Amino acid sequence: MNWLGDGTVDRLRANMQVPDLSGTRYRAIHFLASGGMAEVWLAEDTVLQRNVALKVLDANDSAELASRLLREAHILAALEHPGIVPVHDAGTLADGRVFYCMKYVEGLRLDDFLTRVSALPDRLRLLLRIAEPVAFAHSRGIIHRDLKPENVMVGPFGEVLVMDWGLGKVLKDSRAESFGARETESQQDAAHDGANKLTTSHGSVLGTPGYMAPEQLRGDVGHMDERTDVYGLGAILSFMMNDGLRTGTRVPRAARPIRAICAKAMHVDPSQRYSSVESLTTDITRYLSDAPVSAYPETPIERLARLLNRHRTAVILIAVYLMMRLLFILLSRR
Amino acid sequence: MRSPAHSGDFPVTRHSIVLAMRSDDPAQRSRATEMISAAYWKPIYKYVRLKWNLSREDAQDFTQEFLLRLIEKDFLESFDPAKARLRTFMRTCSDRLYLNQIRDAHRQKRNGGTAIPLDFDEAEQEFAKRKTPASPEAYFEKECVRHLLSLAVERLRSKCDSLGKAVHFKIFHDYDLEHDADIVPSYATLAAKYQLPATDVTNYLAWARREFRACVLQQLREMSATDEEFRREAKAILGIDPK
Repeated sequence: MNWLGDGTVDRLRANMQVPDLSGTRYRAIHFLASGGMAEVWLAEDTVLQRNVALKVLDANDSAELASRLLREAHILAALEHPGIVPVHDAGTLADGRVFYCMKYVEGLRLDDFLTRVSALPDRLRLLLRIAEPVAFAHSRGIIHRDLKPENVMVGPFGEVLVMDWGLGKVLKDSRAESFGARETESQQDAAHDGANKLTTSHGSVLGTPGYMAPEQLRGDVGHMDERTDVYGLGAILSFMMNDGLRTGTRVPRAARPIRAICAKAMHVDPSQRYSSVESLTTDITRYLSDAPVSAYPETPIERLARLLNRHRTAVILIAVYLMMRLLFILLSRR
Repeated sequence: MRSPAHSGDFPVTRHSIVLAMRSDDPAQRSRATEMISAAYWKPIYKYVRLKWNLSREDAQDFTQEFLLRLIEKDFLESFDPAKARLRTFMRTCSDRLYLNQIRDAHRQKRNGGTAIPLDFDEAEQEFAKRKTPASPEAYFEKECVRHLLSLAVERLRSKCDSLGKAVHFKIFHDYDLEHDADIVPSYATLAAKYQLPATDVTNYLAWARREFRACVLQQLREMSATDEEFRREAKAILGIDPK
């Protein structure tokens, strides 16, 4: 029997984990990450000679998981947007596992990237960019359902990408069907359990606690729509406002209007939330330009303070002018 | 002892080898014992050499004694998969047997008794190559993994021979087993060596690796007491989830 040295044992163990890419155009380079149902590998596309990311299902005997991964690939294929990672290919490996190939995104996850961005206005501008691909997906009739900082990547040139559409859902009567994501809502939910609950066949709710809207937490598929993602964006906003607790950096207490925007986005009752991502981003944009926001009714004093703050330069100039004028009058009376 | 690679007649299903050892069918019980002995004798031998500092001869006698007791004394009757992994149980049994022998102070060689043919020379050579382990228990764990992979390599060799794919095994051997970490033979080198197109080397290697993976999992399944332990071990040892 062959003696296997420590190096050989390590190599064989590492090889066991590499997906079998025989028969494909890809060559595995190294492991990148793993999620609930799949792992992501950096691979080389040997035909085009470029690096790509392969998302490979963990199991080869689960029709439910295979269907979910393929649905994710279909959704990505239907969404061509600079803020959504493009999918190149999908298929089944020699070992029976389903995979899809997408652009390899280098960069940082949002939760890591925020350690470099401490000013709240800068963070809010980042949120606006996260909201763009989400709004685009909504315009195509697709909702994400798993928005959280870990599913947002910020590239080396500041590009923002919303990742992991594995829980994505094609809404009824949507235009997404004409873009390739042809699975209907009922088909998607049948992949879960047919009891109008967003659960796996093992009974666990899909999503991330803390970022899931209450209707998602209840598994109430019938009441999930664009406002479910509005809740997710609100949860990301909340994370941005409170991230100092995690990173140790000092994040100043957010002003009341922005806290009100966050509260409205994360309202327990979907009907009390922003009706769309656009209405949420409109409020954030107005806040950034010192305009009143729909989520927060100002008192007259707050309104005055905001106006003074907004027209700070003009107010200072007028004040200086008035003081000079007053001084001139007083001096001229002597 | 028959090589595990040849024990293909064992009903390898999602079963417990422990159940097979408790079977009423003597043939099935015998095959199960044979397989479990093949899977564990070497790690046990090396472990007692290190843990109890036994001489080569004493460790050989002890290993023989341990395996015979495993067969005769129904060691596994007391095994509860809910409480421990099979390999932890085997190690604990070997410790208990040794301590009992010390206590009884009449350890005797089983001269004239039935001896199981084991290649102790090979085990001894491997034992000599050991690096300083963190503990005898850690060494035992590591040797179990090494032995698992070694048995899987033999299984693969046997399968390749029976399928007429000897070149597949040679390429796997040269690329994944034999080389030093720093000098990996290129596909072109292997293609020239075996007079194959380079693309065939890729495909042969991929096939062999896929089969090796299956051999490892099959071997691990046979060395595990239950399906749950098998999955846990696959995750812990190999980092994969064989769903």
